[in-house]
Amino acid sequence: MRRAMGSGAPSRDVPLALKGSDGRRRIITAADDLARQMGVYIGMPVAKAESIYSDLVILDADPMADAMALEKLAIWALRLYSPLVAADPPDGLVLDIQGAAHLYGGEAGLIEDVRRRLADLSISSMVALADTWGAAHALARFGRQVVQIVDSGKAGEALRHLPVEALRLPPEMVPDLRLLGLDTIGELAGKPRPPLTKSFGPKLFRRIDQAFGRLNEPIEPVEAPELIRIERVLAEPIGAPETIQKYTRRLTDRICLRLEEAGLGSRRLDLHFMRTDNRIETIFVATAKPVRDARRLAKLLVDKIETVDPGYGIDKMVMTAAFTEPLAMKQTLASFEAPARPDVEDLWDVLANRHGSDCLYRAVSVATDIPERAVRRVPPTSEEVGSKRNALYRRPQRLYRKPEEIKALAVLPDHPPRAFTWRGQRYAVACADGPERIRGEWWVTDREKGKVRDYFILEVESGERFWAFRTGDGQHADTGGLKWYLHGKFE
Amino acid sequence: MLSARTASLDSLRNQIASIERIDTRLRTVLPFHVPAIDDKLPGGGLALGALHEIAGGARGAIDCAAPAAFAAGIAARTGGKVLWCHVQTDLFEPALARSGLREDQVVFCRVQDEHALLDCFLEALSHGGPTAVVGEVSALKHLDSQRLQFAAEKTGTMAIALRRWRRPVDARDFGNQTCAFTRWRVTEVNSDPLPVRGVGRAKWLVELMHARSGRATDFCIEACDGQGFIHISSLLADGSNAAGHGIRRAVS
Repeated sequence: MRRAMGSGAPSRDVPLALKGSDGRRRIITAADDLARQMGVYIGMPVAKAESIYSDLVILDADPMADAMALEKLAIWALRLYSPLVAADPPDGLVLDIQGAAHLYGGEAGLIEDVRRRLADLSISSMVALADTWGAAHALARFGRQVVQIVDSGKAGEALRHLPVEALRLPPEMVPDLRLLGLDTIGELAGKPRPPLTKSFGPKLFRRIDQAFGRLNEPIEPVEAPELIRIERVLAEPIGAPETIQKYTRRLTDRICLRLEEAGLGSRRLDLHFMRTDNRIETIFVATAKPVRDARRLAKLLVDKIETVDPGYGIDKMVMTAAFTEPLAMKQTLASFEAPARPDVEDLWDVLANRHGSDCLYRAVSVATDIPERAVRRVPPTSEEVGSKRNALYRRPQRLYRKPEEIKALAVLPDHPPRAFTWRGQRYAVACADGPERIRGEWWVTDREKGKVRDYFILEVESGERFWAFRTGDGQHADTGGLKWYLHGKFE
Repeated sequence: MLSARTASLDSLRNQIASIERIDTRLRTVLPFHVPAIDDKLPGGGLALGALHEIAGGARGAIDCAAPAAFAAGIAARTGGKVLWCHVQTDLFEPALARSGLREDQVVFCRVQDEHALLDCFLEALSHGGPTAVVGEVSALKHLDSQRLQFAAEKTGTMAIALRRWRRPVDARDFGNQTCAFTRWRVTEVNSDPLPVRGVGRAKWLVELMHARSGRATDFCIEACDGQGFIHISSLLADGSNAAGHGIRRAVS
């Protein structure tokens, strides 16, 4: 539910509703959480609401402003998440996240990010992810969960129990369907089609087929006027990958000229392919820093062309610099020496676009003694801090994610074990170093308060070197249970 | 007589090199600065712009801890950025700094499967930005190794394939022929006893199992220091193996 925003808005502890008209009478079109708890519902006549709830503030709804705000929100989503975004009036956005989710660590990660950012704008949201626009639309509005991800091919099952309103039908059609006893989409989908089509028109089953994925429904992406955008209408539909590559390169050259005029560099470049059968195929590339090098951008885009299905041919290509940042001109020095190594940042962009931006990282050391928390992952382009901390401590090359319990006997309080059994094999300890006492970080969590791990380096008779620890200091019972674990393997 | 023979040998070598499309005179090497090892390697060091394979012996074939440190030392000494591709989650990144690979120098790339890993490996090599690329792979087909080798050759980036397997029996794969210039096996052995209680500097048995136009041999060395250099073990300064000095033979 969208909330009227602005400096003159009533404070949050006053119930608020918006009024509008549905043609015949004046009704409530929107109500905030507080008003709904009081019992105001959408579609309630204004006169009734006014008489029952005296402290309710009722303002005029402004559908035009709402539509414009939604459009703005769509452009916001276009820049952040996906090249295919459209407003789904009156109250929704539709995003095609094909090939975009991996940048946010998968579908769930993307949805989490969308919801968090919307919440920051104090917009509460319901999100559904499904194969088709129709299914996602229905589940987001009529589904039971706030976030719902429907696996590929399961949209039909999820839709079956939803009411027929969820189908994006003209509003006057719904009461008639109810009259026929058709309440849910499942009931409607199972009925023979000719008689219903005769009385309701072809739109009814077209909506069903669209929701179930039998009919294709292109998303016409929202256009932001201030974005740099160029297009190329092709005289003949093209389909061969080499031809697509050729035109992609030409478009990239042109857009880089435009970017140069504007003094901008591209952070994300979208390329839409309009197919002859009215579908839109999209690829995009994101870079960690603004780029205006046509060769570099073209290489990244060409890398992705294999994912484009040209169908019966592509007759128009549109390239948009969806996210740009200022990029100043740089003077390059002519050098008589051999050309330097290529810029590694270029490589990071290639790999991030192929395998997701979270696969690349630099490991920065953190000022903590607890090995599980010793690493912070930062993007490869982040600033180099030149920390030498890591070279000071003797730490194992391999660290097991979960310490593995071993059977070991040792003299308390601070002797290393003579031998231990790990994964069914017995190891005799030849020499050992330790203990290195690491205390729980009580200032991080209460559970670690007073807990102790005593780490030992154990070299076994066969030459391998392990990192093992005992919980507890051997003197105070509350420091740990005196169990032994293997945590890593040294070189 | 002797000089005539060396001359003919030299021309023969150049002929072979031209068949291999590599100009051996241009190829640069990264010496270990340990004469006993460098003498055994063609050109006096590890070839840059070439693929090298490193695996662990015995249990090291699975955890690949010593080979990782050995590779880190080599990669650190190439001087530039290093890309480290891995699939398994047990790499403890801070530890590489002790082998000379500083945290600012290395970028990690963790991908979901080996297929993606080989793709990253190859892309990084043919890009040529990093000076060394390390990839933790289990299966390395001859064709894949060929691709890696060609890509490395073209850009002069050193490629290090760290071979590690999920099961000990799979380590048999290490004998299969690949295009690698050198193939190493690194096995942990007992460290030299200290005059006090404690564990001394890590020590390895390093077997050079295969070197193109070089000879297979083995050494007992001390692990990389903070600059990535290895040292011949102080007890065995001549580099030979004393028989039965705490050495496990690796699975083969």
